[in-house]
Amino acid sequence: MNNRPMLEIVSLQKRFGENLILRDINLKVARGELVFIIGPSGSGKSTMLRCCNRLEEPSEGDIILDGRNIMSGTSRDLDQMRLKVGMVFQGFHLYPHMSVLKNVTLAQRKALGRSADEANARAMDMLDRVGLAEKANAMPSELSGGQQQRVAIARSLALDPLVMLFDEPTSALDPELVGSVLAVMKDLKSKGMTMLVVSHEMEFARETADRVVFMDGGVIVEEGAPEEIFGAPKADRTRAFLSRVRR
Amino acid sequence: MQNFLQTFFNTKVMAQYLPDILSGMLVAIWIGLAVVVAGIAGGLALACLRTYRIRACNVFIICFADIFRALPPLVLILLLYFGLPGAGIRLSGPMVLFIVLALTLAAFAEEIFWAGFASIEKGQWEAGISTGLGFSRTLIYVALPQAVRLAMPPLVNRVLAITKMTALGSVIGVSEILSAATTAQSFSGSATPLSMAAIAYLILFLPLVFVARMVERRQDMRRGR
Repeated sequence: MNNRPMLEIVSLQKRFGENLILRDINLKVARGELVFIIGPSGSGKSTMLRCCNRLEEPSEGDIILDGRNIMSGTSRDLDQMRLKVGMVFQGFHLYPHMSVLKNVTLAQRKALGRSADEANARAMDMLDRVGLAEKANAMPSELSGGQQQRVAIARSLALDPLVMLFDEPTSALDPELVGSVLAVMKDLKSKGMTMLVVSHEMEFARETADRVVFMDGGVIVEEGAPEEIFGAPKADRTRAFLSRVRR
Repeated sequence: MQNFLQTFFNTKVMAQYLPDILSGMLVAIWIGLAVVVAGIAGGLALACLRTYRIRACNVFIICFADIFRALPPLVLILLLYFGLPGAGIRLSGPMVLFIVLALTLAAFAEEIFWAGFASIEKGQWEAGISTGLGFSRTLIYVALPQAVRLAMPPLVNRVLAITKMTALGSVIGVSEILSAATTAQSFSGSATPLSMAAIAYLILFLPLVFVARMVERRQDMRRGR
């Protein structure tokens, strides 16, 4: 097993006009590690996540995926890189005009070049893994939010990503639907997926995360094991944030 | 009453000019079909091109759409048919009619498809792009089908409005329905050919109106869900 980090963020900066949203972010994510990112809204955590597959274009810095810098190379290289970085959005963003199965096979066929049979088989495996194999022929509008999010996870997983990014995956869900999505994420973690998660599910972080990163004002203020961050935060800003969310 | 029927529905005149009206219908159908195909294809291509947000390109597309939506097609038809020969370019009547109507439809269709693209959530694009599809394939497989679906009701209405304008061909001697009818009217001295023309237009366009109604109803049902 090599111990090169799976994902490395190096001196990342992001500006929107005059505003510096991210200032000098450095973060290494090891193979199979689940890094959980917390912080107040506007702290730049989603922007940082979106820089990792260049949905948001970094202003400065490098993103290194499994030893390869995704900031260099052609646009075709970039698409190849994006195949290896799964992304799950707050709003699911399933394609409403396609069945669940089509949602999961589209990129497999058109971006990875898999045959229809191969893509279907892989899609059914992944849908089974998120517990929705029986919904393969349903339309997204017929599913609950939690089910849609699990399909979105299957859609990313079917491409065999090296890393999965989760951008507030449960924030748009009714409370009773959150558990099913978190259970799928926990299962992913146990199977060795490298994950970077922006979320407010502190309980989940405490149980599942290897490391918790607290961001505020575009910088990483503090990072450590969940028990350190939640049990004995060092920085005042971390303490203040945690006491606010716990209330 | 007798007088009314004699004027508008004289059976002898009808029998005499039916072949002319029918061949006029055929001409209208051919030009109409060509206009619909070229206009929609052109409008869709321009709307797709516009999603790439290339500045110079979009300035051109927006100017084109605005100009051709503003100009009355009749003005353009007269300009091309009577003006161009002065510059040494002579186009046939049907060709002028086709070009003007196709460009007009393309301009309206571009705006309709663009409105469809604009109402697609940004997240749809992001989902496609983040799964490695890249911009173009996300456009084709994710955004386009949704934009086309949204565009259908206004598009069908616009197609109706513009294909009806094949009647403008009568001012430049295209032997479509109306021009066949006015010719027949001046020869026969009867208004019957004109009522035949009206009936011919109804036969051609009423089915399309029903299609438009169906498309709208389907869209409403989908929204209601």
